[in-house]
Amino acid sequence: MKSVPDVSLDWRPSAPLENLRARAALLARIRGFFAARGVLEVETPALAGAAVTDPHLASLRSCYTGPGFPGGLLLYLQTSPEFAMKRLLAAGSGPIYQLGKAYRDGEAGRRHNPEFTLLEWYRPGFDLSALMDEVEALTAEVLGLTRRCERVSYRDLFRRSLGIDPFETSVEALRDCARRRGLARSAELPLSGPDAWLDLLLTHFIEPGLGVGTPCFVHDYPPSQAALARLRPGAAPPVAERFELYIGGMEIANGYYELGDPVEQRARFVHDRERRRRDGLPDVAPDERLLDALTHGLPDCAGVALGVDRLVMAALGAKSIGEVVAFPLDKA
Amino acid sequence: MAVYSTNEFKNGLKLMIDGDPCSIVDLDFVKPGKGQAFTRVKYRNLKTGRVNERTYKSGETLEGADVMDTEMQYLYNDGEFWHFMLPETFEQYMVPESALGDATQWLKGQETCIVTLWNDAPLSVTPPNFVELVITETDPGVRGDTSGGGGKPATLETGAVVRVPLFVDQGETIKVDTRSGEYVSRVKT
Repeated sequence: MKSVPDVSLDWRPSAPLENLRARAALLARIRGFFAARGVLEVETPALAGAAVTDPHLASLRSCYTGPGFPGGLLLYLQTSPEFAMKRLLAAGSGPIYQLGKAYRDGEAGRRHNPEFTLLEWYRPGFDLSALMDEVEALTAEVLGLTRRCERVSYRDLFRRSLGIDPFETSVEALRDCARRRGLARSAELPLSGPDAWLDLLLTHFIEPGLGVGTPCFVHDYPPSQAALARLRPGAAPPVAERFELYIGGMEIANGYYELGDPVEQRARFVHDRERRRRDGLPDVAPDERLLDALTHGLPDCAGVALGVDRLVMAALGAKSIGEVVAFPLDKA
Repeated sequence: MAVYSTNEFKNGLKLMIDGDPCSIVDLDFVKPGKGQAFTRVKYRNLKTGRVNERTYKSGETLEGADVMDTEMQYLYNDGEFWHFMLPETFEQYMVPESALGDATQWLKGQETCIVTLWNDAPLSVTPPNFVELVITETDPGVRGDTSGGGGKPATLETGAVVRVPLFVDQGETIKVDTRSGEYVSRVKT
């Protein structure tokens, strides 16, 4: 009798092949959507010398050694193609999109993989509302939705879901809200400030029901969560022109009316670096090429990054990213 | 004792939570794209058996629990304590009935069980997945009925009551799955 070799089954993809076929069809529909609208597909480096400064994003590092750099060149795997795409916009590219891999250190779970597929696009001349319309059109087309998306401001979302005003609430009140909602050890959880508590309340008590049945846009964020969005002039209280799309209780996309002011951009880089120093995180130098491009002039535009793996999850009703990615971290 | 950060959390890891030894049964990483990362943990309190949920900020650390699963042979019970023995060293452990829970109904003696020790004190007992026990009481068998449909209650020599097919008789030995409490088959003796 022939003996059967002891082969591990770990080589097999975690996603069923029919899911990978559905994924491929969805990617083709995305490209078709942008081709029909005259948006140019671009590719920017996955490996670059500059990295995002946002303290909530950690970049994976790699090193190039070879012609030109005998001593090695530090290259960051990009957490999103945002900086490079803005340089293309400043150079006069017009509307552009990119469908490619992005990389984030420290993120793995049912909805996270350190390497994931991101669809990012920029629309000169669009404001936040026009871009939400386009995100809605894209998701309707690729998911086959007929119902209109809901739109709610960040402030109204917290008011109606938790009965609190996220713009005017202390850490103590936010902690107390979490405790009343049944969060254990709320007193000991070492969160740094109101934004971290708002993130906790959002992820634990609002997000699970957000965009279930009808996709939902949340817009007008607190200025402290602006990231790379503009602040709306004259708004009281001040709001960041940022939106997020939720489908089936999952965060799918994050869009901004893009900050174009190089002085304000540099100030945010400085602020991020101070925060990183305080939290003991690695320092990240500002991207001077981005700042130079902004100084040259970024056209007024809105841009959005959309998690394609999660969009496929929503399309297929998948519970885990491993159902739509052939080889997630534990099989990579 | 070892200290574990959230990055080391995985199912089955034993941790001290609120002073009790606990085992992680489920965990998830939760993070808004531009926000704070959390690790959500479901854990079983190994003293009470209850499952609860906790949220940790990613990067937080917890003390490990010195919990070990040990194979031991069940010897006898004296009405108050159940006595188990480590087969290699013949060292004996006295386990209070409360720590056995449902395991008591499957044990008659000699079985190899998993005794979970915390700081060398017995915390819980897991019986073998399958046990073979004699039926001491059940309604008379229905000859010719081998369909297994319907079934009837049968009391076993340890006092456990399981549903058995109609054709099984008093005095017969049967195999039972202790995880589900279900009849598996007759055992020829």
